[in-house]
Amino acid sequence: MNTGLLLQLVINGVIVGTLYGVVAMCFVLIYKASQIVNFAQGEFLLIGAWVCWWLLSGLQLPFAAAFLLTLLFMGIFGVLLQVVVLRPMIGEPIISVIMVTIGLSIFFQAAAKWLFGVFVQPFPPIFQTASVSLLGMQVQSIYLLGMAIALLVMIAFACFFKMSRTGLAMRATAFDQQVAQSLGISVKRMFAISWAISAMVSAVAGVVVGVVNGVSAELSFFGIKVFPAVILGGLDSIVGAVLGGLIVGVLENLAEFADGQWLHIGGLFNIAPFYVLVLILMIRPYGLFGTEDIERV
Amino acid sequence: MRPSGQFKTSYRADMRLFDTPASRGFCIAGLLLLAAAPLLAGDYLLNLLIQIGYLGIAALGLNILVGFSGQISLGQSAFFGFGAFASAWLNNELGVPVALSIPLAGLWTTAAGLLFGVPAARVKGLYLAIATLASQFILQDFFARAEWFSGGSHGAQAQPFSLFGFAFDSDRSYFYIVLLWLMLAVTAAANLMRSRDGRALVALRDHYLGAEMMGVNLTKYRILAFGIAAFYAGIGGALYGHYLGYVSAEGFTILHSVQFLGMIIIGGLASVMGSLLGAAFMVLLPEFMGALVSGLAALPGGAPPWLAAGLPYLREMAIGLAIVLFLIFEPDGLAHRWRRIRAWWKLYPFSY
Repeated sequence: MNTGLLLQLVINGVIVGTLYGVVAMCFVLIYKASQIVNFAQGEFLLIGAWVCWWLLSGLQLPFAAAFLLTLLFMGIFGVLLQVVVLRPMIGEPIISVIMVTIGLSIFFQAAAKWLFGVFVQPFPPIFQTASVSLLGMQVQSIYLLGMAIALLVMIAFACFFKMSRTGLAMRATAFDQQVAQSLGISVKRMFAISWAISAMVSAVAGVVVGVVNGVSAELSFFGIKVFPAVILGGLDSIVGAVLGGLIVGVLENLAEFADGQWLHIGGLFNIAPFYVLVLILMIRPYGLFGTEDIERV
Repeated sequence: MRPSGQFKTSYRADMRLFDTPASRGFCIAGLLLLAAAPLLAGDYLLNLLIQIGYLGIAALGLNILVGFSGQISLGQSAFFGFGAFASAWLNNELGVPVALSIPLAGLWTTAAGLLFGVPAARVKGLYLAIATLASQFILQDFFARAEWFSGGSHGAQAQPFSLFGFAFDSDRSYFYIVLLWLMLAVTAAANLMRSRDGRALVALRDHYLGAEMMGVNLTKYRILAFGIAAFYAGIGGALYGHYLGYVSAEGFTILHSVQFLGMIIIGGLASVMGSLLGAAFMVLLPEFMGALVSGLAALPGGAPPWLAAGLPYLREMAIGLAIVLFLIFEPDGLAHRWRRIRAWWKLYPFSY
């Protein structure tokens, strides 16, 4: 047993898991607010990262300005997407809604490949020190920053939903659209806001991952990895999404460890979350924190 | 010609496969035309027709699962690939003749489909869609890993179809094999919907609680629908494998699965003919994009070079865009459009 490696992998897992958690949270936000399963969540990361990359290396902007501009762009992008494509789908059967987001995901993935190429593009260096040591482990500083950002985002989310009027309105919409509407809440606006927030926060995650691994089409795989996380946590629970993300992140790295130490199958860490996914669906289809659907005849 | 109202007086007449003699006539005429296609059409067109054939069979299976029984599957391509590998394996390793290995591969894929359909016993809707997503990735991983089955990263060789010493190794002859299987597939699907089991599937989709109270065994039919879809996918995949002569694990990705879903949505959910129309649309769309780009390049000004360089991405984008646009503007698909045209023709010149 290689304890040092194990510890390193667990730390990696926690850090990546936090990012999964953030993306899962965005996914759940959209699902709760507008009952849409967003298969294009990964493309939000992809587009955010590419836009930021382009602003940095194309226009030579400082990082802070590029980052803020990216957020602004993603906010507008999210609203536009909701208004133009998803709004006509309200009330359509679930398969149509799923397919629309899948169609969007194909479209944006291909568009990104066309515009920015298929090769990994590294971000220009942002920090002086590439990595810091923590408990004797080398951890890349951007990952630490990413984790800090992720935690900040989570706290901001909590404050937003607990304290602001808009947050309250969004919770009301998620709880019951008709009641919310009759109380004077503009449901359409809430939908648009939820998409904007989701796109912006996903872009943050995209930029963080992009800075570490470089930007490439691989980023959109985050959108697929989110599914085990949200199913584990429960589709309609934000806390569950964060926890699910963490668990999936750690699990991946543990699978990698077990693979490298004993099993020697290779590439297990990519597929392990999906086995877990099937298992969870069989045992607890509504996840750890999700609402259990009780049907009475 | 179509009747101008309901004149049927017995259930038998109502359940007929072809509701008028004319529609039967048209169907037979269409089949004869298809049978003559190898004599009339060039190699390019024939190749497209064969593609439409084997993809159409798999799309039809998916339509039975998604359109008729209302369960979403994101893993059809994995079963398509499974069929291709299974048929090649049966032929290469056990020496089963190709003519027999195709249906056997279909049955084997059915077993896999039943296995991966088991989550459907417990979950439905969205959760089921995500479970099938997992099955797509698990099978894809299996293809890349299982050297004995798929040849791993090298892929597997598939021998050409042969019967009684005659090798169907040209497009011209193989077309008839695909046509035969397509006919069988369409007939079976159309008849399934007239049977007790088919009605159970539709009841499951429309109101599963009601269906359960009527005595439909939900678990059985949910899993059965997966089995049927997998059988069709397996047959389609086996035909694909023996057509290309080589099966590689790389092709059966989630994108390919989505294309199958795109076919049935563009063609029309719960429509047998729609599945084939959708398959034709999905095969012709990339060709159309290619023709469009080369047509633009041939114009006097010429197309900018980035347009031609982006052709593979343009094709993918067109597929994504087609799915989105169809869902927004024509959610019932091409089959519905066809029904509208027929109604217009029937009522002409008085449209109401």
